[in-house]
Amino acid sequence: MADCAQPVSPRLGIGAAILVAALILGTLAAVALRAEPGRGLGSSDWAALRFTLIQACLSAGLSVALAIPVARALARRRFRGRRLLISLLGAPFILPVIVAILGLLTVFGRAGWFSSGLALLGLEPVQIYGLHGVVLAHVFFNLPLATRLVLQGWQEIPAERFRLAAQLGADARAMRQLLEYPMLKRIVPGALAVVFAICLSSFAVALTLGGGPRATTIELAIYQAFRFDFDLGRAALLSGLQLILTGAAALVAVRVAAGEGFGTGLDRPLQRWDGSTAAARLVDGLWIVLAAGFLLLPLSAIVLAGLPGILTLTGAVWMAALNSIMVAALSTVVLLLLALPMATAVALGRGGMIEVAGILGLAASPLVIGTGLFIVIYPIADPFALALPVTALVNAVMALPFALRILVPRARAVVGRYGRLALSLDMRGLAFVWRVLLPRMRPQIGFAAGLAAALSMGDLGVIALFADPEFATLPLQVYRLMGAYRMEAAAGAALLLLALSMAAFWILDRGGRWHAEA
Amino acid sequence: MKYLVLAAGLLSTTAANADVPELTVYTYDSFVSDWGPGPAVEEAFEKICGCDLKLVGAGDGAALLARIRLEGARSDADVVLGLDTNLTAAAKATGLFADHAVSADYTLPIEWNDKTFAPYDWGYFSFVHNADAAAPANFKDLAASDAKIVIQDPRSSTPGLGLLMWVKAAYGDDAPAIWADLSDNIVTVTKGWSEAYGLFLEGEADMVLSYTTSPAYHLIAEEDASKAAALFDEGHYVQVEVAGKLAASDQPELADQFLDFMVSDAFQSIIPTTNWMYPAVTPAAGLPAGFETLVQPGKSLLLSEDEAASLRDVALDEWLTALSQ
Repeated sequence: MADCAQPVSPRLGIGAAILVAALILGTLAAVALRAEPGRGLGSSDWAALRFTLIQACLSAGLSVALAIPVARALARRRFRGRRLLISLLGAPFILPVIVAILGLLTVFGRAGWFSSGLALLGLEPVQIYGLHGVVLAHVFFNLPLATRLVLQGWQEIPAERFRLAAQLGADARAMRQLLEYPMLKRIVPGALAVVFAICLSSFAVALTLGGGPRATTIELAIYQAFRFDFDLGRAALLSGLQLILTGAAALVAVRVAAGEGFGTGLDRPLQRWDGSTAAARLVDGLWIVLAAGFLLLPLSAIVLAGLPGILTLTGAVWMAALNSIMVAALSTVVLLLLALPMATAVALGRGGMIEVAGILGLAASPLVIGTGLFIVIYPIADPFALALPVTALVNAVMALPFALRILVPRARAVVGRYGRLALSLDMRGLAFVWRVLLPRMRPQIGFAAGLAAALSMGDLGVIALFADPEFATLPLQVYRLMGAYRMEAAAGAALLLLALSMAAFWILDRGGRWHAEA
Repeated sequence: MKYLVLAAGLLSTTAANADVPELTVYTYDSFVSDWGPGPAVEEAFEKICGCDLKLVGAGDGAALLARIRLEGARSDADVVLGLDTNLTAAAKATGLFADHAVSADYTLPIEWNDKTFAPYDWGYFSFVHNADAAAPANFKDLAASDAKIVIQDPRSSTPGLGLLMWVKAAYGDDAPAIWADLSDNIVTVTKGWSEAYGLFLEGEADMVLSYTTSPAYHLIAEEDASKAAALFDEGHYVQVEVAGKLAASDQPELADQFLDFMVSDAFQSIIPTTNWMYPAVTPAAGLPAGFETLVQPGKSLLLSEDEAASLRDVALDEWLTALSQ
C-alpha cells in the first residue's frame, strides 16, 4: 500500500478536498434544483463567453509574462526597501474592486495623472476604456500575485545549486537553462491557471473598464440571470460553464507542471554570481522600478484620496472594521485547516483531483455559492445567525487556490527530501508534521495565511445574502458610504481597509519568515 | 470563542425581547446604513408601535426582490420596502404580496392607485453635471455634443434600468437610434450607481446618470453649489419607490401600521435629507431649504408597470445591440 511508505496519511487532505468540492458543486446543484424552466443559453451568453475567455487569456498571459522578469530581478537584487516592496506587492490584489478601480482611474483615467502629464507635453490623453483597459486592470490586480508565486519558485532553488553552477563556470545562459527554465516550467503553469481563473470570474472591473456592454463577462451574465430575469437555471448553467473552464485550465496546468524539483539545500541565503554585470543590474533595476511605479502609483492615489476622510469615520465604520478583522481571523484558520492537509496530500502524490478541487474556489461565482448556501441553510437555520461562519468558510474556499499554489511546491520538496529519512527513524503522523513538515513550511504558511487574511478582509463575497443588520463588514460599509453620496468618508474607510489588510498580510507573512531570508 | 460570546449575546437579547412583537422590514442597503433613513425611521416607529422594528438590508431593489423570491412564503419579512415601478409587476406575479389599506394625499407627479404597493418617495432621473458647464437640453442635443457621460448597466442597476425606460418612454421605436447616437458619448457603463457617481466625481465624465435631487445633497450636506442637474425637454422619467406587505406575514396589523406610518409626516420628513429623494407626501413643514433650487422638469414620464414589464426585454436588447456595435 502506498500509505505504508509515507510518513503521513493523505486521508485528511482527500477529505478536505471532498468537502471543498461538495461545497462548490453542492451549492451549484442547490441553485439548479430550485430552478424553474427558463431559457437556456442564448447568443449573448456565447458572446459573453468569448469575451471572458479572450480577456482572461490575455490578462493571465501578460500578468505572468511580466511577473517573470520582475520576480527574477527581485530574486537577484538586494536593496533597501526590498522587503517592504515585496509586502506591498500583496496590496492591489486585496482591495475591494471599486476602490482599486478608482485608484487606477486617478492615474490612468481620462482626467488622470498620466493623461495630465501627456497634456503638458501637448499629447492626447490615453484612452483606458476597452479591452486593453480590462487587461491593464487585471494585470494591476494579478501581476503582484504572479510575481510572488514566481519569486517563490526562485527562492525554492537551493542556494547550493547556484553556488555549484557558479563554481562550474556556468554563465548566465547556462544558469537559465540548467536552473531557471526547469523551475519556471514547474511554477508558471500553476500561476497562469490561477490568474486565468481569477480573471474568468471578473465582473465589475471588466464592465467598468471595458467601456460598455461589449465587455460582458459570464459573471455579469450570472448576475443578470439572478436579478434581471430571476432565472436560477441559467445562473446555474453559466456558473457550471465557468467551473468547467477553470477545471480544464487547472487540469492542463497540473499536467504541464509535472517535473522534478531541485531537491533541497541547507536553507542558506541565496547568492547569485550571474547577475553581477552592469547590464544585468540595469535590466533588473528597470524592471523593479517599472513594476513598483505601476503598482504603487494607484495605491498612493488611494492613500491620498482617503487621508481627508479617515478622520471623519464614524463608530459604525470602526465597528465594521472589527467585524472584518474577526471574519479574516476565522477564515484564515479555516483556510489553514483545509489547505495544509490538502497540500500534504498533493505532496504525497495524490495530486491531480485535489489540486483541481482546490482551484475551483476561484471559478465558483460568489453569487451562486451564496445563493446555494442560502437555499440549503434557509430551511434549517437562520441565515443571519450564520453570517460570520458562512462568510469565513466561503472566503477560505476562495483563498484556497492561492494557498495551495504557495504550499504545494514546498510540501513536495519537504516530503521528497525528508519522507524516507523520517520513515527510517519511524517518525510518522503528527510527529512528522510537527517536527519536520510545519517548521520547514513556515514561510509558506505565513504567506498563505497573510494572503487569506487580507483577501478575506477585502472581500464582499457572499455577505450580501447573509448580511445581518448588526453585522456589516468594512467593504460593505465602503459601498454603503458611497451609496449615501459620502465619497470622502468612503475613501477614508477604503484607506482603513487597505491599512488593515496590509497589516494582516504583513504580520502573518513576516511571522512566517522572521528567521528566513525573504 | 469570540463568536460564541457574540452568539450568546445575541441569544440573550432575543430572549429578553421575546414579549415585544418584532416587525421585519427588508429594504435596500443604503436605506439601513447609518447615513440613510433607517436609524431615524426605526427610532420614530418604535416610539409609537410598542414593537421592535428590524430593518434588514438586502442589496438593492432588484436583489431585494430576488431575495424574497428565494425565501418564498416562509420569509421572515413582513414588509418589503424599496421596490420601484419597474419591479412591481414581477413582484405581484409572485403572489407573495397582500393588498394594503394605505391612503394619503400623495404629492407625486403621477396618479397613484396601486392596491398592493404604497409609495414612500420618488425622484426624477437626470444627468448631473458641474454647474459651470453648459448642459444639453435633450437626448438628441446630448448625442450631438461631445459631452462624455457615465451610465449604469440596466442588467445590474436600478437607475440603469430607469434610463433604459426613460429613453423608451420618450422615443418609443426610435430608442435604438438614440442609443446608437449616444454610444460615442458613453465613456463607460458601470455595475451600479456608486461606481458611476464615483467616476463622475473623479472627473472621468462630464455627466452622470443620477437624480435631479442629487445636487441637493452637495448643496445641503456639503454646502457645495457646484453640481447641477440637466433639464431635458422630452421630460424626465420618474422613479417611484414603494413598499408592500407580505401575505404570509405573522404581524399583519403591525405591517399595516408601518405602512400607514410610512406616509405620515414623521417618516416623510426624514426622507429628503437622508435618501435624497422627494417625499411621497410633502410634510407639513415643507421641503428642506435647498430643495427649492432644484430643477423642475416640465413633463413627467412613467411607463405603467405592465408596459415596463413588457418593454423591458425589448429595450434591453435594443440597448445591447446599439452599444455593442
